[in-house]
Amino acid sequence: MVAFRYHASSAAQPGCSVLDEAFQRYRDLLFSSSWWQPPERTRKQHAPEKSSLVILVSTPGCNELPSLESGENYTLTINDDHCFLLSETVWGALRGLETFSQLVWRSPEGTFFINKTEIEDFPRFPHRGLLLDTSRHYLPLTSILDTLDVMAYNKFNVFHWHLVDDSSFPYDSFTFPELTRKGSYDPATHIYTAQDVKEVIEYARLRGIRVLAEFDTPGHTLSWGPGAPGLLTPCYSGSHPTGTFGPVNPILNSTYEFMSAFFLEVSSVFPDFYLHLGGDEVDFTCWKSNPDIQSFMKKQGFGNDFKQLESFYVQTLLNIVSAYDKGYVVWQEVFDNKVKVRPDTIIQVWREETPVRYTKEMELITGAGFRALLSAPWYLNHIAYGPDWREVYMVEPLDFKGSPQQKALVIGGEACMWGEYVDSTNLAPRLWPRAGAVAERLWSSELVTSVDFAFKRLTRFRCELLRRGVQAQPLSVGYCEQEFEET
Amino acid sequence: GRATATPSEAPLSAEEGHWSYPASALRSPAARPGAGGEPDERRSLRRWPASARCGRAAAATEVSAPRAVPPPPPKPEFQPPGRTHASGEHTPAGQAAPASGAGRNRSRAAGKTYGGRDRRQRTTSWVLSPRSPGGRRQGGRLSPGERRRLPGRKERAWGARPGEDSASRPAERLPERDSGRYYDYIFDFNKSRLNPAKHNSAAELKQLLVSVVLESECDLYPSITSDESYTLAVEGPVAFLKANRVWGVLRGLETFSQLIYQDSYGTFTVNESNIIDSPRFPHRGILIDTARHFLPIKTILKTLDAMAFNKFNVLHWHIVDDQSFPYQSVAFPELSNKGSYSLSHVYTPNDVRTVIEYARLRGIRVIPEFDSPGHTQSWGKGQKNLLTPCYNGPKQSGTFGPINPILNSTYCFLSQFFKEVSTMFPDQFVHLGGDEVEFTCWESNPEVIAFMKKAGFGRDFQRLQSFYIQKLLGIVSTLNKGAIVWQEVFDDHAKLNPGTVVQVWKNEMYHVTQAAVTAAGFPVILSAPWYLDWISYGQDWRNYYKVDPLDFDGSQEQKKLVIGGEACLWGEYVDATNLTPRLWYGI
Repeated sequence: MVAFRYHASSAAQPGCSVLDEAFQRYRDLLFSSSWWQPPERTRKQHAPEKSSLVILVSTPGCNELPSLESGENYTLTINDDHCFLLSETVWGALRGLETFSQLVWRSPEGTFFINKTEIEDFPRFPHRGLLLDTSRHYLPLTSILDTLDVMAYNKFNVFHWHLVDDSSFPYDSFTFPELTRKGSYDPATHIYTAQDVKEVIEYARLRGIRVLAEFDTPGHTLSWGPGAPGLLTPCYSGSHPTGTFGPVNPILNSTYEFMSAFFLEVSSVFPDFYLHLGGDEVDFTCWKSNPDIQSFMKKQGFGNDFKQLESFYVQTLLNIVSAYDKGYVVWQEVFDNKVKVRPDTIIQVWREETPVRYTKEMELITGAGFRALLSAPWYLNHIAYGPDWREVYMVEPLDFKGSPQQKALVIGGEACMWGEYVDSTNLAPRLWPRAGAVAERLWSSELVTSVDFAFKRLTRFRCELLRRGVQAQPLSVGYCEQEFEET
Repeated sequence: GRATATPSEAPLSAEEGHWSYPASALRSPAARPGAGGEPDERRSLRRWPASARCGRAAAATEVSAPRAVPPPPPKPEFQPPGRTHASGEHTPAGQAAPASGAGRNRSRAAGKTYGGRDRRQRTTSWVLSPRSPGGRRQGGRLSPGERRRLPGRKERAWGARPGEDSASRPAERLPERDSGRYYDYIFDFNKSRLNPAKHNSAAELKQLLVSVVLESECDLYPSITSDESYTLAVEGPVAFLKANRVWGVLRGLETFSQLIYQDSYGTFTVNESNIIDSPRFPHRGILIDTARHFLPIKTILKTLDAMAFNKFNVLHWHIVDDQSFPYQSVAFPELSNKGSYSLSHVYTPNDVRTVIEYARLRGIRVIPEFDSPGHTQSWGKGQKNLLTPCYNGPKQSGTFGPINPILNSTYCFLSQFFKEVSTMFPDQFVHLGGDEVEFTCWESNPEVIAFMKKAGFGRDFQRLQSFYIQKLLGIVSTLNKGAIVWQEVFDDHAKLNPGTVVQVWKNEMYHVTQAAVTAAGFPVILSAPWYLDWISYGQDWRNYYKVDPLDFDGSQEQKKLVIGGEACLWGEYVDATNLTPRLWYGI
């Protein structure tokens, strides 16, 4: 097996960046690995024409970005006559190449083999995401790119980039450069420049991965404050400002002018149709303490219901973002607090038990006609002793009361790796292979549920990840031929 | 005294900056066991700290006085050197501990916290200026004259002694190499800014002068009684690091390296400090498990580095277990041929020697554990008839249990095997395991039952286990090795030789176990609260930190029997991919 070739009638032909580069990547992964000796060409089982995998993509689209609607199905045929990969889109071809690369094996003599097979494959859910948090700890660009590689090995297709939060503001805004200058951990080293962001987006695109950027407001914004004076709510103790700040100040026009300008930039920097606007865990104590906010509430007739104030803010923000022709994803609180949102809003469920169990939450959200993303059972930053991937694997995203129409509104889910205790020192072993359990749940049919079988495959896959240089941690006792080597 | 009231961040651009032994120390026979005597020199070396020792109380206020050195360590019978000091230097909690792992750092100047970054305004800082990277040279010997012109690399300075051939003087190589390491830690040019700003002030630290007061023990292995105390006096232009033995020097270098920081101009700076430091416990270990998952040598060496940074001094190498037997035995090569995960998952004698020497150079003991009679499934593959055949009714089931304790051949094997182990591993102690012995297989075996009857053990399999362990302890003591065992061996009332060390690992009521073991007069290593493989979300290091190993009901004599503790990182879910973050972040 030496080459990847475009079929003569393929819509994608040499020059198609997505596939040209994928061919190179998989050639390297399969045959140029320093750990795999080149095969000795002794065996004759293989007819010469089988030394290439022929790819036929039926629709063009090499230079586009993957989207929520992108098809990823493919057919892989390996038989006596040919090795053939057929897909509608280049994204499907990428998934097929990944599968192909996992089917190739090598005999002890060094000959590469692939068993005869006929695979028709497509994902169960179109949104299969992984959240990384670059605010609690900065992740160097290489960590992010490496993660995108492994996401592709696991057929994830959304990188949810939780860029900023209370702890730091590493996103280098050209409209408001002070945000990073004052809000990042270190403006010289701990930031993502426009160039970095572009690189991430293109690297992801070449792997069929969307980049969903999250700028969480009005809570989780402490790091915005130093670079945007007047943006955050001053907290009061009695009649005096305490010098501390709360969520974004929702009662000032200047706030919305700022958000308009900021999200105009974000909308153009991040080309995906969707933005994640956060909206989780808004702490009302500071708002409550502020006399200006109290009088605003009175004027608006909100009484003491700060959820209404939150709704006021979020609705105004959503209107701003809608005007930029963007769709949006928000955390479940926005739904829980009854913010009026556009019907095409996507709600991400993250709370396991409150205000209701997450299955109930899924039922309520889809019952109200919104699309839902599931994350609650997939907080991979919550670690425990032993094989905790099993519980992750056993989750059934559609296991809630609801009509088929409701279930159809579940567009997928995301594994979340929040960064309180995670940085580039431990990100990879914490993610892999555990996140693989989520990936399979979101890709494979609901009938694929055997944990024991998954254990065997995941164990083998972990060794394959080690061979590919990924620092994937063990699932149980045992070994891999190729262990991880410190550099 | 030094004007500590003027907090000039006094820069010292070390044109000649290097570290070295004082000239006298270089020639001192005291630093070279076996070398000819130059009694005057030696006396002068000793006199220096001796005078300081006398004036210790006074020295607390007099900054320019000679540095104090703690008294020489006692000859401990499992008594930590630090804890037998008569001078009662117990440091109140919260006092400056500039170096992580430095248990009893003590600022000598009363009321002044040297080295504490948070009080920088009250301290005087000295600047260290390494030479530019262009001046770096790998190896090579220089004449003393050259040495003065080529400052910066203390290893060069140290290698410059006329007539010194490092190969023929292994005794001198230990600290020499070490200084090289610490030079890199401190002045790593890849990470540091290359051209620190020039300061005008004269306060410049040119040298760290290292002196070993007693016989250096340079070519020895560290042991349970090794003296790790040191004093570190940082005052320009020369800083003094003094210790009775090289082991203390190693700890002091680590502390020194942690005191140095780069200011915002990139200048290497160190606060004026006076540190008198010694460990509370002499046994401070990390357990790694290379049986559940094989750990590449590189990973083990990296762990040893990090251990030295944390002033750990024992690598407890749980080298084999049920799952695999990676230790390549010379006498019984089949053990690893058949019992390892694969032939590339093996520690050759060379690998083992590499680990031991690497550890020695960092003042770390390597204690191997060959756990038996349980946890030995992997031994069975390469050593026929060693394990007990289990029975299903009257027939052998084809599976095996713990080591078969009723056969002479077992003990013959163990004698030979541990004879090899005791020469391969130079430490005074071998860990013999003895934990979690599963009795069901023994119970199923009619020959074992018959043996029990004959021996008068009845159905008490604990007695059979004790029978085995006692024979094994006997074997090991004839090899002149001390033994460490897991707590079950004590719990099951095996008769132990005095001095057998009991490692407490069961989390339930471990205080009670500690009290019981010490009441019976046996030394204790505590591990129960420090199973680092039991991960959970959040900052679980806080729980580890809050443990006081002496927090159990017992007399002073009993408490003295606690020789230390070990953090255990068992390998069920740990291999080279996640060992480092699990060990060193506690999260």
